[in-house]
Amino acid sequence: MKINDVILQTVTKIVVFIILTFGVELFLSGHNNPGGGFIGGLVLSSAFVLLYLVHDIETVHKGIPFDFKKIAALGAFLAVGTGIGSVLFGNHFLTQAAGHFNLPVFGETELSTVLVFEAGVALTVVGVVVTIISTISEDV
Amino acid sequence: MNNIIAMPMIIPLLTGIILVFLRHNTKTQRVLSILSSIGTVAVSLVILHQIQQEGILRLDFGGWLPPYGILFVADSFSMLLVVTTSIVTGILLIYAFSSIGQQFEHMFFYPFVFFLVAGVNGSFLTGDLFNLFVCFEVMLLSSYVLITMGGRKVQLIESIKYVTINVLSSWFFLMGIAYLYGTIGTLNMAHLSVRIAEVGQGPLLTVISLIFLIVFSLKAGLLLYFWLPGSYSVPPTVIAALFGALLTKVGMYALFRVFTLIFYHEPIITHTAIGVMAILTMIGGSVGALAYNDIRKIVSYNVVIAVGFILAGLAISTEIAFQGAIYYLIHDMIVKALLFLLAGTMIYLTGKTKIEEMSGLIRNYPALGWLFFITMLSLAGIPPLSGFIGKVFIGQGAIESGSFALLIVAFASGIFVLYSLLRIFLNSFWGETIINEDDDVPLKRGMLVPCILFAIMTVAIGIGVEALAPYVSDAARTLMNPEIYIEAVLQGNR
Repeated sequence: MKINDVILQTVTKIVVFIILTFGVELFLSGHNNPGGGFIGGLVLSSAFVLLYLVHDIETVHKGIPFDFKKIAALGAFLAVGTGIGSVLFGNHFLTQAAGHFNLPVFGETELSTVLVFEAGVALTVVGVVVTIISTISEDV
Repeated sequence: MNNIIAMPMIIPLLTGIILVFLRHNTKTQRVLSILSSIGTVAVSLVILHQIQQEGILRLDFGGWLPPYGILFVADSFSMLLVVTTSIVTGILLIYAFSSIGQQFEHMFFYPFVFFLVAGVNGSFLTGDLFNLFVCFEVMLLSSYVLITMGGRKVQLIESIKYVTINVLSSWFFLMGIAYLYGTIGTLNMAHLSVRIAEVGQGPLLTVISLIFLIVFSLKAGLLLYFWLPGSYSVPPTVIAALFGALLTKVGMYALFRVFTLIFYHEPIITHTAIGVMAILTMIGGSVGALAYNDIRKIVSYNVVIAVGFILAGLAISTEIAFQGAIYYLIHDMIVKALLFLLAGTMIYLTGKTKIEEMSGLIRNYPALGWLFFITMLSLAGIPPLSGFIGKVFIGQGAIESGSFALLIVAFASGIFVLYSLLRIFLNSFWGETIINEDDDVPLKRGMLVPCILFAIMTVAIGIGVEALAPYVSDAARTLMNPEIYIEAVLQGNR
């Protein structure tokens, strides 16, 4: 029996973007406020899980043709890489640096290497959560 | 600033991550993993040498000074174990090349081996109790994957037990850490030691120390080893060898660290408890090693006996006994890896697991038979092999401190080890051969070479013990005098 889920699909189309935006917002606000890579990553991955629930796995894979295991590995690489980076500059392992830059659109902006580290964390969380959920769903 | 001491953890971690991307490229995976192992061994040796020159090294992550930041501390004890771990892993990888099979290599076998090693090395190096928990988890999560890899039914049955018991003990670990932080207000191990020495180890802190004793006993297989023989006998040979050589050692390392550095004020309670548990472990392990006919079970129970023996050194708690325990730890990592490889190779060659179903293997595979003979002598502690020196020192420590019960049980357990392995030797290697010339499975060179390398190491350590002695005595001195460790970490700013 085919379930009629037109409403769910239509709502999802909008809600997924709200969730993704919220995830990025959480991720960025983590620099000085509650939030950060882990929580942001969890919210981002909940958007993907919602897509999996509403559509079937094949459809989602057609739209997002990434291997999420590799995304997790990429994230871990970024996080460890920032640590190694500080070693290359002759500082203690995992030392983070920050500086103020004048960017064309944003104006005076603070950029920091923590952002890269946190991006790594977020990618790892997204990769791992989506891999776990999709593996369980393949099993049933 | 000593960024080099993070490398024994970083190199395996990075290698593991890179290998995930090379999933289907078996050849590159093998080359990279061997190169990375050699690199880790080299770096570890450099650090070990540097410690002898400059004293204990520490690295504050991100430049945050202790006790506020998380740090790695490398003293001789931890580096000796890191060096041994790296060498053992490298040799086991050679065995894996010819035995593990394409299917495993495509299922992220190498990455998870490296994540496991990263966790093990991290646990040895960390100077922070919570970081120790994290490194334990890195190691355990990889071991969960490795133990279920292949997905045979027995593996899944045993892995459920293994995962459950480890999740439970991790929870206890976390609880112990929370209690400790609640009472003392710090988790830096050196800082903990200072503060506990100041306020005195009262009943409350002793109870907390017993929680840690339970947690690490579960991981090390001290008395609470009921999960061990089952879960160590189901995975493929090389994974079982990795577990048998490394995993229990991390629990033992944690016991040594915690009960020499932090909770050393009430030896009548804690160290007596460890002594009684060690005796019971050796008795239980000996019974198990004699009771089974399954070669994998016998070998797994031999791991249990060694756990009891090494922790007898901690229970005695003199400098000589610590030296003996460290020698025996190093010896045990190498020889247990060899023993598991030999047992696995015998099963591979015959297709049987019960010792009475094999016979006369020495006629078909003389090299294998003699390697087993060397392993047996080394485990029994016959000079000049590596097991001898550890037994002598632990025995000497036991006599000096008057722990005769420990002494008798420890040396009796050696006889049981010898007997349990002799049983395998007599049943499987002697007698009429059951394999005729035509259909004997050829012994791959890739399987024999790692075993020979391990055998060379056990002989070399036995003969060249003089070269190892300065490192081991420095390690034992640091264990005996926690002030050296504390001074190196806090450097006066308490």
